[in-house]
Formats: sequence, C-alpha cells, structure tokens
Amino acid sequence: MTTTPTIEPKAGRAQLDRKTTRPLLQIENLDIHFPTPNGLARVVDGCNLTINHNELVGIAGESGSGKTTLVEAILQIIRFPNRISNGRVMFSPDGNEPVDLMQLNKRQMRRMRGEHIAYIPQGSMNSLNPVMRVGAQIVDAMVDHGISDRQAKEKVPGLLARVGLEERVARLYPHELSGGMKQRVIIAIAISLEPELIIADEPSTALDVNVQRLILEALANLRQDMNVAIMIVSHDLPVHAQLVDRIGIMYAGQIVEAGDIRSTVKKSLHPYTRGLMGAIPSIGGPRERLGGILGTTPSPSNWPDGCRFHNRCPHKMDICTSVQPLLVPLAAGPRTVFGEEIDVLAARDVACHLYPESTPEGAAT
Amino acid sequence: MSNPPLLQLEKATTIFGRGASETVANKDVSLALDEHESRLISIVGESGSGKTTAARCLLGLQKPTSGQALWRGKDIYKLKKQERFMFRREVQAVFQDPYGIYNPFYKINRVFDLTISKFKLADGNTEKLELIDDALKAVNLRPHDVLGRYPHQLSGGERQRVMLARAYLVKPKVIVADEAISMLDVAVRAVIMNILMDFRENLGISTVFITHDLSAAYYLGGDIMVMQRGRVVETGSSVDVMNNPQDDYTKLLLSSIPSPDPDQRWGSAPIPVAAAD
Repeated sequence: MTTTPTIEPKAGRAQLDRKTTRPLLQIENLDIHFPTPNGLARVVDGCNLTINHNELVGIAGESGSGKTTLVEAILQIIRFPNRISNGRVMFSPDGNEPVDLMQLNKRQMRRMRGEHIAYIPQGSMNSLNPVMRVGAQIVDAMVDHGISDRQAKEKVPGLLARVGLEERVARLYPHELSGGMKQRVIIAIAISLEPELIIADEPSTALDVNVQRLILEALANLRQDMNVAIMIVSHDLPVHAQLVDRIGIMYAGQIVEAGDIRSTVKKSLHPYTRGLMGAIPSIGGPRERLGGILGTTPSPSNWPDGCRFHNRCPHKMDICTSVQPLLVPLAAGPRTVFGEEIDVLAARDVACHLYPESTPEGAAT
Repeated sequence: MSNPPLLQLEKATTIFGRGASETVANKDVSLALDEHESRLISIVGESGSGKTTAARCLLGLQKPTSGQALWRGKDIYKLKKQERFMFRREVQAVFQDPYGIYNPFYKINRVFDLTISKFKLADGNTEKLELIDDALKAVNLRPHDVLGRYPHQLSGGERQRVMLARAYLVKPKVIVADEAISMLDVAVRAVIMNILMDFRENLGISTVFITHDLSAAYYLGGDIMVMQRGRVVETGSSVDVMNNPQDDYTKLLLSSIPSPDPDQRWGSAPIPVAAAD
C-alpha cells in the first residue's frame, strides 16, 4: 500500500487561484421545513453557499445546525415529510447547462446522483454489504449507471489504487477490512462514476487520528487527480483547517460566516465562529481555560427572533433581538472588531450586526 | 507502609479468547490513585489499544486474567457486600454515549431519585431536592431546565452533565470517564472538561479520563498514559509527554492531530502503514 504524500499548502493554493473561480453549486435561499406536531421545524432556513469547480469546501457547525439536512436536500434524498418550500440549488457542471436540482424529477435526479454528485453519508463505511465482496460492491454502482459489467470490473483496480488500496482488497469481505480501509472503499465507490462534486458527511469522525489523517489526505489528493470539487461536512474545525480552501460556518439552519479557511479561523468575524475556535484545545503553549459557548443550540421549531445567536452571544446589542442580519460580503479594508484590528482581504461573507453592511436597509438601529 | 492506594491496577493483564483467536487486551497495566492526592490521569491510544479494558478493570466490570485490580488494597472482585457497596459509591463512571445510558420512559429525575435512595443520601423530600439542586449547580445546569423532562428533550451535553451531576451526588473519590466527550460538540467538550477540572480542584475528586483525543488530555493536564496494543508505552505528566514525546507511537499520534491553525500543517512524517490500516 502506498502512503499518500502530505498536502503541500502552496500547491493547493496555486490550483485554487487557477481554477476555482467558476461556481459549480450555488445554494440560494434554501429552506427545508418539516411539519411536526409542535409546529413547523425550519431545519434549514435561508441558506446560501457557493461551491466552485475543483474547490474543497467545508461546512462546520454544532449538532442540530442543519448540516446533514442541507446536503440531503442538495441530493434530494431527504425523507418525508420534508418540504423544500423555497430556494434554488443551481448545479453547473462543465459541458452541461446549469440545472436547478430542486426542479428535477426522480429519474433525472437519480442520474445526477453518482454520475455528477457523489455522496458519502455519515457512517457509510458500516453500510457495506457484509455478504458481498468489496469488488462487487464497487461494480454495482457503475452497472446501475449503464456501464457494462466487464468495463466496470476492469475499472476496479484503478479505483482502489486511487484511494491507496491494493488490488487484492477487491476480493475481500467488509469484515476483513479495518475502518480506514472500509472508508477508502466507500470513497472508491463514490469516485467510480467520475463525479464533478463529492459530498462527504463526517468522513473521518469515527476513525483514529492516524487513519483520519490518511483518509482526509486521500480525499484531498482526489481533488488534484480527478478535477473534482469536494464538500466536507464536519463538526471538527481543526480538520477543516488542515484540509479545505473555504469554509461555511452553519448555525441554526443558516450559514453565518463563509470565507477562506485561513482568515476565517484566524480572524473570525462572527462571534459564533470565535466561540467555536475558543473551545478547541490545542497542544503546546500555555494551558488556558477554554470558554466554550454558553447555552444550547435553539430548536428548529422555535428559532429566536432577530439574530439566532443573540441569546448565546457575548456581543449582543439591542438590534440583535429583533432584526435578522443578512449574509453579505464585507468590503475589503481594516476594521476594528472584538477589540482587535482585522484587515478584511479576500471576499468574506458574514451575517452579524457588528458589521453595518449586514444590517438590512431601513431596519431601526 | 502508608495506606494502600484508593484504586490500583497491579500488572493487570486481560486476555480475551483462547488459542489462535487469543487477544491480549491489556498487558501488565499498572496504575495507582491515592486517596489524599487527587489526580487527573488520561489514558490515550487508538481504538483497540486497550483503554476501555483498563477502565473496565478499574470499575470492577472486567476481571483481569492475571494481576490485580485493587480498591483500598483489597481485590475488587473479592469484596464483601458492604465493601462492594462502598466501592460503588467511591468509584463512579461516566460513559461515552449520553443517548444510550438513559431509559427513555423515565424523566431525568429518576436518575437522581434512584441514586439518592440507593445510597440513602437524604431524609425527606426537601433535603433530596436540595441535594439535586446542589449537584445540578455544580455542573452549571439550572434545575428547572432539566428536572421533570425526558432524556430526549435534553441535548447531548446536557445529558452528559446530568451524568456528572449524578456522580457528584454521591461525593465519589474517583470518576472514571470513558470517552465521555467524544460524542459531544466542541463547544460542549470544553464545558465538560472544565467541570472535571473543577471537581478535582474544589472537591478533590480524581478522574481517570479515557480518550483518543490527545488535545483533550493536554488541556486537562495532570498525568497521561499512552497505550498501544494493550501495553503502556509512555507515562508522565501530560504536558511533558506532549511537548517532548519519547515513544515513537506517541510521536505518531501527536503528528496526526489536526491543528486548528491552517499554517501548522499535519506532521510531514509519513505514517507507517502497519499503524494505520
């Protein structure tokens, strides 16, 4: 088995500059609501996010912030009784007309999944069929999408090599594999139809740190080898910090901050992102008491008025309780927030009243 | 000789299976906690390294194949009924899954009611409520947010804090926390670790903290025991071990931890395949 080389940050950035300016997936004002006995649960509510071609984008947020529901909606695999009541998800793969995924019928969507958008659900490595050899399971998806059995079988060794597995693994059963190997097999299935976008939901959460690093590096290498965009959903900010180009921070069904990873984690603009970063213990340096974020995530059937973070926010102002801030790009330039000067360089989006642009026009201040 | 340690593993070896399928889960694991000197000991290692088996031996849930698990110098598995009762009171457990530990049919109060009646902690209802109030405050929960509710109405962090409050209720000497934060959100993990640190500082409760998260062990401070394939490969103060790891396996674990700083990339040392898959 080959050891995947470490990602060179420089090489990653260069690629980013060259290729990632064209949007591949644009989520616009997406709402996903569930009718429940306790009223309408607005699990995803006014969500906006763009993923560019060949880009690695992370989604981070606490449990219950709607991360998984968001990706399930993109793939239209969300379960009854959901209601996607508003919004568009424009998908623009190369050589194809842009389509709104929300308007596709079942048959069109089934072709989209796998062929154009691959999905690695949370914990999927435990869903491999225990009575089928791994190779046969990789072939399955391809045959379903119209590739002949023979061609599909020929592709298996190459796919396994891509994710750093030997050819003999194809003849093994899932119980003969370690967790890391199973996850690699899942990735091999995901890339078997050469999608433009891979969505991975918590791809490394149940794995040990060593294995986690190998899996994430294998994913990152795919971006370079296969010209694919990858969306990684994880609650683990350090994982994003090591892996992605851009990150969206999700809170209460909305993206509250989005921007390139370096400035978002180092000079966070939103108090929620600050709180998340402040709760991460790091090794080395002085051991300071971590803050954590007070309070609990609000319930989707009863989001707070105004800014949804206001009752946990250390920077709460009067306006925060009544007016919802908009996710807007900030103008470049230096600003003073949280008692420190932040030079806003690249395009960074934030939804917080600390930034005047974010307050809707005409709202009482 | 002074008093025997409060809780001790003495060359505990645990073997599962026989013959070809024999698995050595723990090999000569030794560990001692003194009654008068509270400590935080983190046991770290990857899955299958034997962390949980060591914890189960300490809790009296898994009898070591050879070697001993001792409470106040007595073999945990040969305690008399009354001693066993005291052992159960002094050594409390908090487990990984805050969802599976509750019976969904009963309100949260039952967790406290059972503990109080089992250990006869209170005379009468008023005293009982005071105790529960006090325990919930110790874990930063407001009683009216929790009491009278069902487990599914609480978040994972709240449930785990209720478990800590239950442990606090009996004023234990040791809390064995087996992956108690691994299913929680980052923002809540810090809260749980802070509670354990406060318990030690203010109440002298020792904690044996089982985790695969080395940064959590560093944050907690105290001592660390690094395990690999059932053996203890490195021990020492957690700050020293992390700043200056001696064992190759510890170095490997450390280099694989993702740093929250994008400028500090994962260690460039290649990972030996045997350790990974």
